[in-house]
Amino acid sequence: MTRRAPMATRGPRGPVTTRRTVLRGLGGLAVVGASVGVLPLFGQEGAQQDPAECRATDRSEEDRLVVVSNWPGYIDPRRDAGNTRALLEERTGMTVRYTDDVNDNAEFYAKVKAQLGSCEPIERDLMMLTDWMAARMVSLGWVQPIDRASVPNLHANLIEPLRGVAWDPDLQFHAPWQTGLTGIAYNAAKTGEIGSFSELLDDPDLKGRVTLLSEMRDTMAFALKITGADPEDFTQDQWDDAVDRLRKAVGDGQVRAFTGNEYIQDLAAGNIVACEAWSGDVIQLQFENPDIKFVAPEEGLALWSDNMLVPNGAEHQANAEAWIDHYYDPAVAARLAAWVNYICPVEGAREEMEKIDASLVENTLIFPDAEMLAQTFAFMPLDDRQATAYERDWSDVTGG
Amino acid sequence: MTSTAGVAPPVDVPGLPAEPPGELPPPTGRRRGGIGYLLLLPGLLWLALFFVVPFYSLVATSLYDPAGSDFRGYEMTWAVGNYVDALQEYWRPLLRSLWYGGLATVFCLVLGYVLAYAIAFKAGRWKNLMLVLVVAPFFTSFLVRTLSWKLILADDGWVVNTLQVLQVLGDDGRLLATPVAVVAGLTYNFLPFMVLPLYASLEKIDPRLVEASSDLYAHPAVGFFKVTWPLSLPGVVSGTLLTFIPAAGDYINAELLGSPNQRMVGGVIQSLFTDANDYPAAAALSMVLMVLIVVMVLVYVRRAGTEELL
Repeated sequence: MTRRAPMATRGPRGPVTTRRTVLRGLGGLAVVGASVGVLPLFGQEGAQQDPAECRATDRSEEDRLVVVSNWPGYIDPRRDAGNTRALLEERTGMTVRYTDDVNDNAEFYAKVKAQLGSCEPIERDLMMLTDWMAARMVSLGWVQPIDRASVPNLHANLIEPLRGVAWDPDLQFHAPWQTGLTGIAYNAAKTGEIGSFSELLDDPDLKGRVTLLSEMRDTMAFALKITGADPEDFTQDQWDDAVDRLRKAVGDGQVRAFTGNEYIQDLAAGNIVACEAWSGDVIQLQFENPDIKFVAPEEGLALWSDNMLVPNGAEHQANAEAWIDHYYDPAVAARLAAWVNYICPVEGAREEMEKIDASLVENTLIFPDAEMLAQTFAFMPLDDRQATAYERDWSDVTGG
Repeated sequence: MTSTAGVAPPVDVPGLPAEPPGELPPPTGRRRGGIGYLLLLPGLLWLALFFVVPFYSLVATSLYDPAGSDFRGYEMTWAVGNYVDALQEYWRPLLRSLWYGGLATVFCLVLGYVLAYAIAFKAGRWKNLMLVLVVAPFFTSFLVRTLSWKLILADDGWVVNTLQVLQVLGDDGRLLATPVAVVAGLTYNFLPFMVLPLYASLEKIDPRLVEASSDLYAHPAVGFFKVTWPLSLPGVVSGTLLTFIPAAGDYINAELLGSPNQRMVGGVIQSLFTDANDYPAAAALSMVLMVLIVVMVLVYVRRAGTEELL
């Protein structure tokens, strides 16, 4: 009896099928209507913040800790006696909590965007990001200013070429961690000397055996150079030309892939014979395979840095500043440079290097000379809208 | 769950006076409905939270004003033009994904059917071991397995060298960074998703039916196409779906084993989201991919019939 009850109440209102159809129609309309009402609620607020409002109370005094996020393989290992981190802990009595969770600027940005964009802490006191991303985060107001008085070594010892960058000329927000050059690496056992970026794009012997870097600014700087533009100051037309030039090389099958650090494996395995490369990686690879060469292309060398930044909401800012000052001590910087093999941004580290590893003192990829620095260039600062438009062109090229 | 106060009343009706003692209480509509809905509740909540909300968010993102940015934020302005832009610019990787996914599905079906047939009917006491071997690759990560294909197919590796000696590949020939490597990678990675459902439906077939066909003088081939194949169709349908849907959306294989000219739509969406920060275009492209696959699956399922699925 009871089982039939619901049917009975429905019965008198008319034939079941019609009612069902009507209900279904109404239900559909309701869903569409609700969707139309709900969708606009999914907008996104701007992520720009004011660092002064997103400052956390500094707990450095009672909590002797500093939390650091860095790229993999970018610091001397803990197991080494007298490593730079142990030295800092010894000097200051603080504990270093170190994670190598920065693999890619864009990826790291995506990871922290939700928190930093809404003034929430990311539970880190220092993060290392490349110039363009550091500039972006500073302009978004996600980075705390560094107290000038707490980092005397930084202001005294930063090498001249890295001073006065457009996005933070007074070192108010950043301190370079390591600096590198983008150039060309090739395997001398497989190919003759390669002197220029345009050879990478044109030489038929290299077809399909070349990789370029997937960081837009690295690769496009060279594409701009070979189409006759200045990567530090170019127009939309020049950009379009450079993009077309690269698109042609990709379409012809000249370029095998756009990579991050993976080019190291491909170069070592012989899948590629030449590539656009970062200086420090190549020095590390040369220890295992002396045939791998790094050259400054005719077009010049792109100079970039990865920078230490204190994110909003950092609870141990004073400790982070102690970290920065520590790594700008020339003796510490030399020890670090001896391990990571990138360009050392600290004046006086070269003299200290004599005591650690004399063979590295003359290495211009760690301590570049004036002649080398004269060939370097950087990339034009882009505003947000330009960056999105250019990155989109870029992903069209790299995406076939 | 059922012990909470809010849930108790509809269940708590053991003392109804009308019920004769000793007899099972008749299932009342109200009680059955109540319990049914309660059982549905966790699943529905889960879906609402982790499917419906993100889905709406994706739809809204695809309709954001493309002039927005992380600095200024984004507004949902019904910018349908995002779809037109995305399709115009990325139809190539989109079609390529469906093409590679389709090819991989066909290869998986051919390879997987033979394998599943052998396991179901011919493996004897090796059956379980073979099934374990089919699943074994899942014990290592998808990424690691794809990377190791990169080693196997390397330009200076033994596979390429052998093929060069046999004149299958020219002296400058290679496998990596070609469509062959990408489709092979997809086929390899999704093969178990084809084999398992095929095995499940082949294994259920009563061998006496095949014997009956030969008793009626059917040639073994005729017997296969008239008896075994139709009875295995549910496995074929679910196997192809389980293979095609993830294969068309995959981009790891194209990224690791292919060159930019083999890039699939998943890779494009990823780089639009994370590198270009062009969320509207990325979301529009995701929607297009999703709708395309849903439509294709619906048409396929309508034609193939779902009654006997699983």
